Amino acid sequence: MPKIIPVPDDLSRPFWDGVNERRLLLQHCAACAKLQYPPQPACQVCGSADGLEWKEVAGQGHIATYIVIEDGRLNRRMPDQPYNLALVTLDADPTVNFYSNLPGLPPYQVPVGAAVEVMFEEVAPGQLIHEWRVVE
Amino acid sequence: MTSNQYQWRRDRDGLGVWEHRGQVAIAGYGHSPVDRRWDGVSMDQTLGAYSILACQRAMEDAGVTPDQIDGIVCCDSHIAGGSGGSASQWAPRPYFDPPYDSEYGLTLINGEWLAKTMNLPNVKFAPTGVPTIGEMVGLAAQAVGDGVCNTCLVIYPTGNLEGRYRRGGENADDYARGVRQWTVPWGNHGGNDFINIFPHNQYCLKYGGQHDDLAPFVINQHKNGMLTPWGFNVNHGIEPITVEDYVSSRYILNPLRIWDCDRPVNASAAYLFTTAERARDLRQPPVYVLNHSQHNFRFRTTQPDLAEVEEWTDRAAARMYEGAGLGPADVDIFNPYDGYAIMTQFFLEGFQWHGVKRGDAFAFYAGDISVKGPHPFSSSGGNLGNGRTRTAMYTDSIEQLRGTAGPRQVTVRAETALCAFTTPSSGGWLMLGKHPG
Repeated sequence: MPKIIPVPDDLSRPFWDGVNERRLLLQHCAACAKLQYPPQPACQVCGSADGLEWKEVAGQGHIATYIVIEDGRLNRRMPDQPYNLALVTLDADPTVNFYSNLPGLPPYQVPVGAAVEVMFEEVAPGQLIHEWRVVE
Repeated sequence: MTSNQYQWRRDRDGLGVWEHRGQVAIAGYGHSPVDRRWDGVSMDQTLGAYSILACQRAMEDAGVTPDQIDGIVCCDSHIAGGSGGSASQWAPRPYFDPPYDSEYGLTLINGEWLAKTMNLPNVKFAPTGVPTIGEMVGLAAQAVGDGVCNTCLVIYPTGNLEGRYRRGGENADDYARGVRQWTVPWGNHGGNDFINIFPHNQYCLKYGGQHDDLAPFVINQHKNGMLTPWGFNVNHGIEPITVEDYVSSRYILNPLRIWDCDRPVNASAAYLFTTAERARDLRQPPVYVLNHSQHNFRFRTTQPDLAEVEEWTDRAAARMYEGAGLGPADVDIFNPYDGYAIMTQFFLEGFQWHGVKRGDAFAFYAGDISVKGPHPFSSSGGNLGNGRTRTAMYTDSIEQLRGTAGPRQVTVRAETALCAFTTPSSGGWLMLGKHPG
């Protein structure tokens, strides 16, 4: 079943535009050199709004932990159950994390601690989302 | 007035001892019956009818009359049911005769509706935009302490409608808008189950132990619930679960099990706050408010991790203890929130109740945490033992300090009580005392 489709807004559009170009762009604060995801109107560390810029980061991370959704509430995803939902930390800044269904990995068979790399998955015509796969 | 127009919160670090410590008291409480759902036709079982009943019982308990009420703190509602979101309303169906000629009284309750329907002629403080009970009790305590009102009802209605829990509304949408664009595409519909299950897994990895080490805690909540005469479980034939029941129960968000989740119910509870001076002349022994505190910590990224949750709960504990002028060893009764069993250990360890430090909770759960033992943890039975009223923690704390908890009455000292409806990231805590100082 297809995944639920994100709807970009003014704040998030640069991020999703990047994803649609198969690039991972995160907010970066020039004032305090902190990466930020999801995007916010101002830096959560120093409060600067003017210092925020979009920066492409390497799509490399690690699986911190995971759960398996067996009885979730999202109609569109029910046929997928059970499915993995992993927490992926970004190598460039492990305080930044992402969700992933780890496409291709069977449920319950998630190598916690493994290295992953970003990939992109089409959820609607012209709309990709960022996903992660284990690095072999 | 909206609650945001009144600077009542104690939600910063380092605020010192609360200026009204021991000068405000809870003088009464009342509960409605706790039903699984409203059936849509029984007008004596609406959320409005139950809120009125709870108020009447709280006033009766305290010995005050409707004309003496000059403050009402009530949030609009917290409705479970088929629709997604934090509050889903009944349906676009025909309404009834007054006072049920709108959504108010059915799935929404507020101070204005209650004052009008209950004929409370002297209400001068009924703020709108009130948050949940975890913060409502702080708002009421501060308002009484500041002299904004003198005799204040706090009402917390929790409704439940037909339909599987939050399977409709935005959860039936094919699109993810707003903050949901960062979670929903991967299956996280939002809520404290998701927020806490990842830190809980990290907790198990960091400190050792397994998810099912929660079993003794969940089972004890059920046992305490069976000792709570107004609770859902005891009145609806819900038998206390066993270890076998727990470890063989189905998963929701594996490893989160069905028994780790509270049961949505239709109920209301009310508490009467007044000045300590006035409370001493009322029907019940006063239960003094020694501090209230709130917190609303921002997520630094998509998903809070264990380090964040531990930092948040450490800070919440520090705020509360500082404001109450007490420390962990001073707290006799400890009733943290348990809406999902996976978050409670964070509170236990953050507040270091009975000396429990980070990583010690599972071993503590495996010991004697019964109400008759030396460590009567969560003597209320919480939401897991009583249904999702979110009020058991407050009522039990009051009863323990009064010495009226009946079969739940602890055998250890019961002179202070710490209670909350809160998550690690947001909510509030309340410290109560048998004595004002």
